[in-house]
Amino acid sequence: MWKTIKRWYHQLGSPRYFYRFCEAVLPWLVPVSLALLAVGLIWGLVYAPVERYQGDSYRIIYIHVPASSGALMGYIAMGVAGLVALVWRMKMAEVMLKALAPFGAALAAVSLLTGALWGKPTWGTYWQWDARMTSMLILLFLYLGIMALQNAIRDPRQAARAAALLAVVGVINVVIVKYSVEWLNTLHQGATLKVVGESSIDASMKWPLLISMAGLWLLYAANVLIRARTEVLSRERRSGWVRRLVRDEEA
Amino acid sequence: MDAPRLTVRQLGCERDHRMLFENLDFSARNGEIWQVTGANGAGKTTLLRILVGLHGFYQGRVEWSSPLPPSLLYLGHQPGVREELTARENLEYNRALSGQTGDPDAALAALDLYGFEDVPAGRLSAGQQRRIALARLWLDGKDVWILDEPFTAIDQQGVAALDQRLRQAAAQGVLVIYTSHHRVGDGVHRLHLGEDREVAR
Amino acid sequence: MSAPTLGAVWRASLRRELTLIWRSPADIVQPLFFFVVVVSLFPLALSPKPALLALVAPGAVWVAALLAVMLSLDGLFRRDQESGALDLLLTAPVVSVVPVAAKLLAHWLLTGLPLALIAPLLGYMLQLPVAVLDTLMVSVLLGTPTLTVVGAIGAALTVGLNRGGILLAVLVLPLYVPVLVFGAGVVRTALDGLPTGGLLAVLGAILALAVSLGPVAVALGLRISAGD
Repeated sequence: MWKTIKRWYHQLGSPRYFYRFCEAVLPWLVPVSLALLAVGLIWGLVYAPVERYQGDSYRIIYIHVPASSGALMGYIAMGVAGLVALVWRMKMAEVMLKALAPFGAALAAVSLLTGALWGKPTWGTYWQWDARMTSMLILLFLYLGIMALQNAIRDPRQAARAAALLAVVGVINVVIVKYSVEWLNTLHQGATLKVVGESSIDASMKWPLLISMAGLWLLYAANVLIRARTEVLSRERRSGWVRRLVRDEEA
Repeated sequence: MDAPRLTVRQLGCERDHRMLFENLDFSARNGEIWQVTGANGAGKTTLLRILVGLHGFYQGRVEWSSPLPPSLLYLGHQPGVREELTARENLEYNRALSGQTGDPDAALAALDLYGFEDVPAGRLSAGQQRRIALARLWLDGKDVWILDEPFTAIDQQGVAALDQRLRQAAAQGVLVIYTSHHRVGDGVHRLHLGEDREVAR
Repeated sequence: MSAPTLGAVWRASLRRELTLIWRSPADIVQPLFFFVVVVSLFPLALSPKPALLALVAPGAVWVAALLAVMLSLDGLFRRDQESGALDLLLTAPVVSVVPVAAKLLAHWLLTGLPLALIAPLLGYMLQLPVAVLDTLMVSVLLGTPTLTVVGAIGAALTVGLNRGGILLAVLVLPLYVPVLVFGAGVVRTALDGLPTGGLLAVLGAILALAVSLGPVAVALGLRISAGD
């Protein structure tokens, strides 16, 4: 087990192997993720039963929950990639970190948007400073900060390492932010309406949620691999294997 | 002959999609003086920054026979002198930071800064600020000197004194590597970056 | 060859940093002045009614203090970088955490600490009851070192970049959220007459985390900015 993980680590750490891995995985990862997403969304938005208290408006969870979880997971993944990049100076971790940011930021934005749309019928307002919305807003800010920093530094490797440090600090921060805004909301009790109980979700509603979540996460993964592949080619453009690749492509 | 202190193999560095230099091979020993030459933008400063460990993005290998930091006396492109501090304060701080030994006032005096010890560096000329930085060469305790353009902004007298100091240090076993556009002296190893456009005189 | 002791580097660094700030008094006075000016904008923008002011005072003082610390950090490493002194620090035969920590301590002593000392006065001007002014001061006292250390990470990562100021804000302000929430929260809790010990302990815990890991991150950030 451990040996397999170690081998994977070393192989994926090599740009050339990573490129081959992308070539092998992407042709099925993209269609599979899109299919899962389509099944999950159609099932959830059209066929899943109506919720007892919220009616049809609850159906936005089939987008909102996958997007929120994806945004959070993406940021945590950036923190892990950042740590690997800083401690072991692994180039592929730098590449992954950069590739993770844009889609994750988009998911955070989608999460906020769908949260607002959901909030209107549930809370009676588009925006409410409740713990989750606030945390997601800060998460979006953190994403944008990382992208801004990467943009500002000209050398791509230096930019990646700077972003790595910021991502590690950011992940620690996310945890504390979560506790702080939850505490903030206990200080001002009242406004938040907790209409839907968290634990009790019927299987007929749960399955489409899980499927669309899996679909969106896989789509995120595919997006990351595509971005990372481009970055790898750009970084390794002087190496023999990329030159051969280009030559074969032209021939 | 003793083992090289510094071994550089297949060193290459790329910046802004341009190779500054590649396939650089050389090895340097204690007691040698190396001058790095090359046109503006050839990568002299970057090479020195790689050697001292400030710049980490390169291909190839840079190996020091023993850990560099305790031995290193590095003077960068900027003198590293803060204008708010006096000449002596600047030198004393750098001495403490690098762990050098020796008398700061004597070092400043060797560079004609006698009487300027307590003047804030901001009120001194560019050449005098440069001399504050160079005064570290008159302190003791370092045997690898890596100097980026040490002759800049120094008058002729200063140049002669500095040249003499470098040779004297090399004779005592210091490895000196410096960049400069001009003045390749006798017995100085030369490392040229970029296409060889050297004009024979 | 010769390497210095950590203690010698710490002492020399601390003395140097304190001297540097001391000799450019603007670095001490301007954050304070900024703090006072921003706080006095609130009554002008909201309303001079005492009841309303007392309600927003904890947040107003805290936001102003936070911005003052952040703005003071923009130049923390700039002159050292431009003069080349930063490269000497990074190539010294001693872990760069030591001189970096000395720099952070000196900076906080001469900018963060004065903010904490003047905060009660500003709280009083915003009609905070005298009974909570000590809590306000303690919260700012516990919060500003964290702001300094965390902000310094951002300053280290942006030191060589031309558009430092606004980028620093974009990077650092989201990281300031917990300190702001708990810092202003402590004062509001005190206003409500509730015990504040637990919250001050949380601020202290965040401070301990920032002070123990922060300087390492700052030193690493400086290395990255140098090109390593």
